[in-house]
Amino acid sequence: MEKSALQALAQKDFMSRDELESIQLARLKNIVSHAYKNQALFRSRMQEKGLDDTCIKEMKDIQKLPFFKKVDLRDTYPFGLLSVPMEDIIRLQASSGTTGSPIVIAYTREDVACWQEATMRALMIAGIGSGDIIQNAYGYGLFTGGMGLHYGAEGLGATVLPISSGNTERQIKLMSDFGVTCISCTPSYFLHIIEKAKQLGYDFKKMKLRNGIFGAEPWTNEMRQRIEEESGIKAWDIYGLTEISGPGVAMDCPARTGLHMFEDLFYPEIIDPETGEALPDGTEGELVITTLHKFGMPMIRYRTRDISVIVKGECECGRTIRRIKRIDHRNDDMLIIRGVNVFPSQIEAALLTIPGVQPHYHIIVRRHGDLDTLEVQVELSAELFGDTIRSIEVIQKKIGNAIKSIIGLAVTVTPVEPGSLERSMGKAKRVTDLRNK
Amino acid sequence: METVKQLSLFLENKPGHVYSICKTLGEAGINIYTLTLADTAQFGILRLIVEDAEASKALLEKEGFIVNIAEVLAVRIDNQPGRLAQVAEILNKEGINVEYVYAFANRHIFLYRVDDTEKAYQKLISNGFCVLSSHELFNTNK
Ligand SMILES: [Zn+2]
Repeated sequence: MEKSALQALAQKDFMSRDELESIQLARLKNIVSHAYKNQALFRSRMQEKGLDDTCIKEMKDIQKLPFFKKVDLRDTYPFGLLSVPMEDIIRLQASSGTTGSPIVIAYTREDVACWQEATMRALMIAGIGSGDIIQNAYGYGLFTGGMGLHYGAEGLGATVLPISSGNTERQIKLMSDFGVTCISCTPSYFLHIIEKAKQLGYDFKKMKLRNGIFGAEPWTNEMRQRIEEESGIKAWDIYGLTEISGPGVAMDCPARTGLHMFEDLFYPEIIDPETGEALPDGTEGELVITTLHKFGMPMIRYRTRDISVIVKGECECGRTIRRIKRIDHRNDDMLIIRGVNVFPSQIEAALLTIPGVQPHYHIIVRRHGDLDTLEVQVELSAELFGDTIRSIEVIQKKIGNAIKSIIGLAVTVTPVEPGSLERSMGKAKRVTDLRNK
Repeated sequence: METVKQLSLFLENKPGHVYSICKTLGEAGINIYTLTLADTAQFGILRLIVEDAEASKALLEKEGFIVNIAEVLAVRIDNQPGRLAQVAEILNKEGINVEYVYAFANRHIFLYRVDDTEKAYQKLISNGFCVLSSHELFNTNK
């Protein structure tokens, strides 16, 4: 793409709210009409509510529309939500999820282009472009991470190394040999790369790596800080989900006050997860996204199950597209322990407030009689371990207290040897729930 | 001051650990002079005296163990009633806390890990005890 065309693309993030809102309204009308005509489930739900495809007069009318949930994708598996003829579909991606049948997303040529535009704009916010060498360590294949970042980087004229995930030693060797400037993968996999590089005697600070584009799993600010300290790179948070397109739905900016959503393509709302009522900006609730410009399988008011806030006010970076608060936990990950809601991310945040504690942990939930218990396994470092039993007991207590002060529950802290917890190449598995087993 | 470098390794309570450590060092030609294992229900700490502590530490770290080095006092204590009590009394009088103590196999040498190594060393010497250097410790053992 020409430099001027790329600049024009980046400028979309800065268009006036009036212009943006008129694009959104036109696109919403169009997509509602398209889905009403071509997506049977959407049509029948509209009809149940006494609505037809002329119901959108202003943006607020979106609140009348029915929701879609993940279960709808499962129930209509594989192609029940397809809204164009199969001949017009040029790509299928799928996500296995943890339970039940997979979900499939079908993309037309225009949908792939729209997704590429979003990832290009996301990478441009991080200053990535021609001249960068991007090591794309997201998994390639049915998972959207690999292909998503690949198209975005290529669209910008950056050099893509489509290495996919795994084979960590080779990742580090090529990163060093090729002078890679940017890596994209899950934050937990990058942690593993940092650790392995140290073992192999590489000095991260001597490499050309400057930026990391991290997503596909929730991660805390404490984790971000730890990654930046240990590797000397800038860690950018990219948000996306397969149901909507893939990575590049929203992206961090240098101000770090939230992730800008490319809302001319993906329209965000926050709702009360109990009542479904739309909430004003600045209020926490469940993030709902409408794909304004996606035709193969439009998703209208898709409930992401992610808890966030649409940040009020203007961002200091000048972008006019709105921000969502960084998503550091997923509702699906919530554990209910003795009636208390606990997120693994809370435990992560507590752990990382203690200097020397490694960002490798595993949570085990058990049931003893009627009582649920939490065990947190933490890898010990030489820094934390003196040479006495007491020194370890002190750190166990310190970690236990830090966790208790955040979640309000006592946990058992088990120190384990470094490297003994499983390292993830993709999305980290932080919890083993042994209840009901 | 003469002290001896001691390795401390953190161990989960898993079978085969001590074996693999001894094997790693043995294969590298490193002689273990003595060792002691302290453990709780959850984990243990293995303490080792070897000739080249730094090299052994590097070797074990490469195997994924976490290893710290602590300075301990190697005190020669005659095989006579009351001698150990005498050491305890000296340290106690000076308010020096003994973290742990263990013996060298078949020899009248005890390894003391205390919170104030320098002071303990001076007091033991001035009371006529022999505190060995690493050189003395390893060479008289052969
Ligand atoms: Zn911004």
